Amino acid sequence: MLEVIGLSKKLGDFRLNDISFDVASGEYFVLLGASGTGKTVLLETLTGIITSDRGRIILEGADITDEKIQKRKIAIVFQDQALFPHMTVRKNIAYGLSDRRISRARKNDRVNELARSMGIESLLDRMPSTLSGGEAQRVALARALALDPECILLDEPLSSLDNNTRRKIRVLLRRLNREGITIIHVTHDYEEAVSLAERIGVMEKGSIIQVDTPENILHHPRSEFVAGFVGIKNFFRGKIVRGRNNGRDHSEFLTGGTRFSVKADIPEGECFALIRGEDIALSPVRPSSLSDNLMRGVVSDISKVRSGIEVVIESEVEISAVAADGLQKKTGIEIGSEVYLSFEPGAVRILEV
Amino acid sequence: MTGTFIKARRAEPMHLIFTALGAAVLLFIIAPLASMFFHVTPGELADTARESEVTGSIWLTLLTSMGATVIFSAGSIPLAYLLARGKVPFRDLVNGIIDIPVVIPHSAAGIALLGLVSGNTWLGSISDRAGIHFVGGYAGIMIAMAFVSVPFLVNAARDGFASVPVELEKAALNLGASPVRVFLTVSLPLAWRSILSGLILMWARGMSEFGAVLVIAYHPMITPVLIYERFGAFGLKYARPVAVLFIIICLLFFVAMRVIARRREDA
Repeated sequence: MLEVIGLSKKLGDFRLNDISFDVASGEYFVLLGASGTGKTVLLETLTGIITSDRGRIILEGADITDEKIQKRKIAIVFQDQALFPHMTVRKNIAYGLSDRRISRARKNDRVNELARSMGIESLLDRMPSTLSGGEAQRVALARALALDPECILLDEPLSSLDNNTRRKIRVLLRRLNREGITIIHVTHDYEEAVSLAERIGVMEKGSIIQVDTPENILHHPRSEFVAGFVGIKNFFRGKIVRGRNNGRDHSEFLTGGTRFSVKADIPEGECFALIRGEDIALSPVRPSSLSDNLMRGVVSDISKVRSGIEVVIESEVEISAVAADGLQKKTGIEIGSEVYLSFEPGAVRILEV
Repeated sequence: MTGTFIKARRAEPMHLIFTALGAAVLLFIIAPLASMFFHVTPGELADTARESEVTGSIWLTLLTSMGATVIFSAGSIPLAYLLARGKVPFRDLVNGIIDIPVVIPHSAAGIALLGLVSGNTWLGSISDRAGIHFVGGYAGIMIAMAFVSVPFLVNAARDGFASVPVELEKAALNLGASPVRVFLTVSLPLAWRSILSGLILMWARGMSEFGAVLVIAYHPMITPVLIYERFGAFGLKYARPVAVLFIIICLLFFVAMRVIARRREDA
């Protein structure tokens, strides 16, 4: 539905280089990159707030590159929400409806409907300065949705929120997306990206260097930035199941071919699991101490990495461990050796989908 | 930092010296005004207030200054907006030009204006034929007042617009508002407090103008000119009641304006 072809823009010392990507109707697309990589500039160029030097923007088959800002059906929610501080929440939400030739009653209905959908009915007469971060984010979303945009752009929508609110807004964003709204979401937080995106576009220095599914981005990173994420190689998609073990509550993560214990207080369901290579202990013999997660496998590769050596083990799944330089000398592990690997349930990072 | 100053129990020598120096400056402002007030009896003041020449000139001063402020705000507020949003080429130069009237002698400003609008210039003759008389007329008083006071409005309004986050204007555009609507519903209301204080400042500065007005329009006589004339013709004793009366009325108007402005903000 949205197609960006060769978009370029020079802004002082910064430039967007030949940006091309496309987003399908109803897709949740995340632009991931460190700060200063041009994510916000790209969003503002899509809305027309910044005009591009070169390239085309096609929305639903129509070229909107030179379309006026007001006419584009792309809504943006800014990082700091940009609510109008001198208007009530109701007036903020209704702002985009005012130019339309629709009756006051219809406008009111629309505002109430949006407020209900966002769970902010009780806030309609409040001023923005009295809202919490999460409330302001909901108001900003309602205001952007009032125009029935084809596509909604979110600039770091979760970055200023506390963990609890972040989870709630994430649920809300997923729901909006399920209801058919195409979302382009910008973030510097890969966990946020992985847990929300159908596809991720990785940005670095004003260019998009990789567009792929979260799994492929993390398994086959094409950038330092992504590769620099901890434990990136041990990244599994699966589901959480709960049970009882020796009279204790117990959570297990199930993925193709294996299962392991995790510490997670999230409900059962689909999720991602991440394990840092540094958190995986290797031993040539079966460890005497009892570990919740113990696997046996064969070393398929050993390579030098910045913090020591990386050992890839073919086990029930492929797992890579990072160990100190001295490990090989001390234990005689080499390619083809049989090893035991173990990790604590607490070392498994679970990301909700 | 300031907290430590305020909370210091022991009188700090520097603090004491600064307080004394500051008090001297305050006294320097208050003393001449206070002494002038003490030299005028209520009877004199009442008599002066009944003189039609005095009341006429006070009204003239208040209204011409207000007229100048209103007329020039039509151009000054848009200019301030453009300056604040960096949409003016040679912005620093333009900002510098705006401040020129503040730094040049006002009699010189009057002479400069007179050269532009006197009867033997094309502008002067055209406006004379149109019935607008600058030299010795209301229009002359207003342009003289505006020339010296417009920087106060432009500067205050520019700072006001600059303090409105650009993001809000971008959001409004994204929500389908036209640039005019964005200006009227977002930029202007949010900068209004600064603009209003700029308007009040411009009005006040216009009323107190003497030099430039004197050159262009000695008559009809605005109060600052009237005070000067009475001083020249009859001396200090006759000029003083007019001065005191004018100051009282100016202060009353300002307090009233500030109160009204504040109340509207709170509403």
